[in-house]
Amino acid sequence: MIRQTAGLLLLLFLLLAYGCPDTTSHARGVFMLLDTSGTYKDEISRAQKIIYYLLGTLQSGDSLAVARIDSASFSEKDIIAQMTFDQRPSVATRQKYIFRKKVDDFINSAKSSDYTDITGGILQAVEYLNETGAGRKNILVFSDLKEELAKEQIRDFPLKMSNCKVLALNVTKLRSDNIDPRKYYERVENWRKRVENGGGSWKVINDLERLDRILHN
Amino acid sequence: MLPNFLQIFPGNPMASGITLILLAVVMLYLARTPAHRAIYSLSRVIHNGLRLMARSTLLVEGRIVQRNKEVLLAAGREAAERAIEREFHRVNDVIKRDLGAFPKMHHTISEQVTRIQEDYQQSAEVPPPPPTWINAVEAVAKLSGDGAASVNNILSEIHKTTAGQFKQTVTEYRAASTKRHAILSKMQPYWRKLEQTLEDVGKTVKGLHERARIIDSRMSEYEAIRAKTNPAARKLAASSMTQFFISIFVLVIAFGGAVINFNLIALPMSEMVGGGSYIGNFKTSNVAALVIILVEIAMGLYLMESLRITRLFPIIGQMDDKMRIRMIWITFAILFVLALIESSLALMRDQIAADLQALRQAMADAEVVASPMSWIPMVGQMVMGFILPFALAFVAIPLESFIQSSRTVFGVLIAAFLRFIAYVLRQLGNIAQYLGELLVNLYDLLIFPPLWIENMIRFGKTTSDDNSNRHPKDVKKQRTNRWFRRKTPPKSSASDHDATMKLTPELTAAKEEM
Repeated sequence: MIRQTAGLLLLLFLLLAYGCPDTTSHARGVFMLLDTSGTYKDEISRAQKIIYYLLGTLQSGDSLAVARIDSASFSEKDIIAQMTFDQRPSVATRQKYIFRKKVDDFINSAKSSDYTDITGGILQAVEYLNETGAGRKNILVFSDLKEELAKEQIRDFPLKMSNCKVLALNVTKLRSDNIDPRKYYERVENWRKRVENGGGSWKVINDLERLDRILHN
Repeated sequence: MLPNFLQIFPGNPMASGITLILLAVVMLYLARTPAHRAIYSLSRVIHNGLRLMARSTLLVEGRIVQRNKEVLLAAGREAAERAIEREFHRVNDVIKRDLGAFPKMHHTISEQVTRIQEDYQQSAEVPPPPPTWINAVEAVAKLSGDGAASVNNILSEIHKTTAGQFKQTVTEYRAASTKRHAILSKMQPYWRKLEQTLEDVGKTVKGLHERARIIDSRMSEYEAIRAKTNPAARKLAASSMTQFFISIFVLVIAFGGAVINFNLIALPMSEMVGGGSYIGNFKTSNVAALVIILVEIAMGLYLMESLRITRLFPIIGQMDDKMRIRMIWITFAILFVLALIESSLALMRDQIAADLQALRQAMADAEVVASPMSWIPMVGQMVMGFILPFALAFVAIPLESFIQSSRTVFGVLIAAFLRFIAYVLRQLGNIAQYLGELLVNLYDLLIFPPLWIENMIRFGKTTSDDNSNRHPKDVKKQRTNRWFRRKTPPKSSASDHDATMKLTPELTAAKEEM
């Protein structure tokens, strides 16, 4: 009788422990890359609106990081602010205010860079998002997608970004694009191929009035 | 085009086709009787099989109807017992409350009657003293004094004394009368009190009479249920349907309350269990809020059960009173604590919502404006958070009603469904039978030339009654007609009319067989 009871209790314990494990993470991870090169620096105030929108939308348990794209973006130094919001909504709200302050400070003191290492920024983003363990990984690239690398930098290798959703925001047309629009399409297409070949998904959003489409799957 | 192997006359397909058709007709004519038998057998098998299935379905339906009736009567009997028990409890209460103090009341009435009696005796009129001295006066008056002064003096003295005594007597009489009247007026409150007491007793007795009438009515209902009469079952079924729909209506209202309650506590629960954790595909905070609501409903069920308002858990109802009262207090205390928790969660929800609103406004670079009457929704939410758990506790009553009535309602629905299935099966059986007949007729239509020739030859010769060459269906029809003639009595006799009526079911069955 005692053995049977013990057996039943053990079975109950095992059921409770392993019965319905939640292996899927429902948290969202967002990594936003801000292009600060050349004339694109002037667009940075528009990025601020997107970051504010993200702060208002993301919930407890979600992660957000903002980094700049400069000459060598594959570095933690380029991360302006990063935060995984607390499980308690009240604490998360306070964290968002702090995050906002960091972003505001950066935008007020941002300097333009000589080169544009977008690939390095994306690699940094993938690394960060994998570390957070987020279920839904979003990389927002606020850039014209014109990559300009220093001579010694090697970036022409395939990306590994499975389950990452890359959103190119505010992809502005350059002066050269106006002369030959095919260059713009070619640039966007090249990035799409690189991302999709790496296992990610690609989307371009230029209409920043429809911010609700950013995190909408 | 005909295939080569069917071309009897090569190069002449028409001739080949006609020859083939003629051959087929002849073959079909020759195989007519066994073919008809085969078709009839098949249709009969299908017909009988389907009818058998219909009968089995009807049998099951009958069992379900019987079971429904038993369930209904059992529920009705229980309800009637409860009603009668409640009436007896009320009678007991009335007797305890009003007639329990009857000895005291009797003593009071006796006391009042004694007092009234005493007062009445005291108020009795004392007769005035007999006028014996009048004779003495007359005797003195007759003395022959011839106007002597002494006599006159005596008489005048007597007169004075008499007048004085008369005056004194009248005064005394008046005083006594006044005293009697005073006593009588003192009796008035006693009379009124006595009247009031008797009126109270009268009301109580009248109330008891009313209760006795209600008990009689309930008892007659109970007797009808115990006798398992059909009117009682019908009445209970109608009552059960009404209960079912009313309980559904109330449960829907309760569901709305539960949804409101859920929305009230789901957000603040994320402060307690975390806003980012999930159980399966559901947020833990939502699951926790749902669990709290379900626990409240469960506590409500136990409370109602302990109060003996519902009877979903017989084990609670059968507990001894001491344990039951303990359970009442425990469940009520848990419910009260949960109500307090909900109230505080509602307060927290208001604060979280205000924080989020402020954050969104700040992120939109809008000026944060505080609402001047922001305390009103906060208090409203807190009050709702406190009241809703108690309101949900009463779900137990419609739930019990729903569970009890749904047994009957679903039983009735299943019985109706089975009846419909049986009807469909019977119809399919009939269709199979008539399809068989249709096939036979179509068969005959295909071979009409040889049949026509056969009829010509038969009618040309003397008709014989030999059934051996006749179609089995014709034989069957003839047999049935004979059977009818045997069973159907002549219409001329009036006394035989009853016999005709008695045979009607058999005839109906025979017609159905046809």
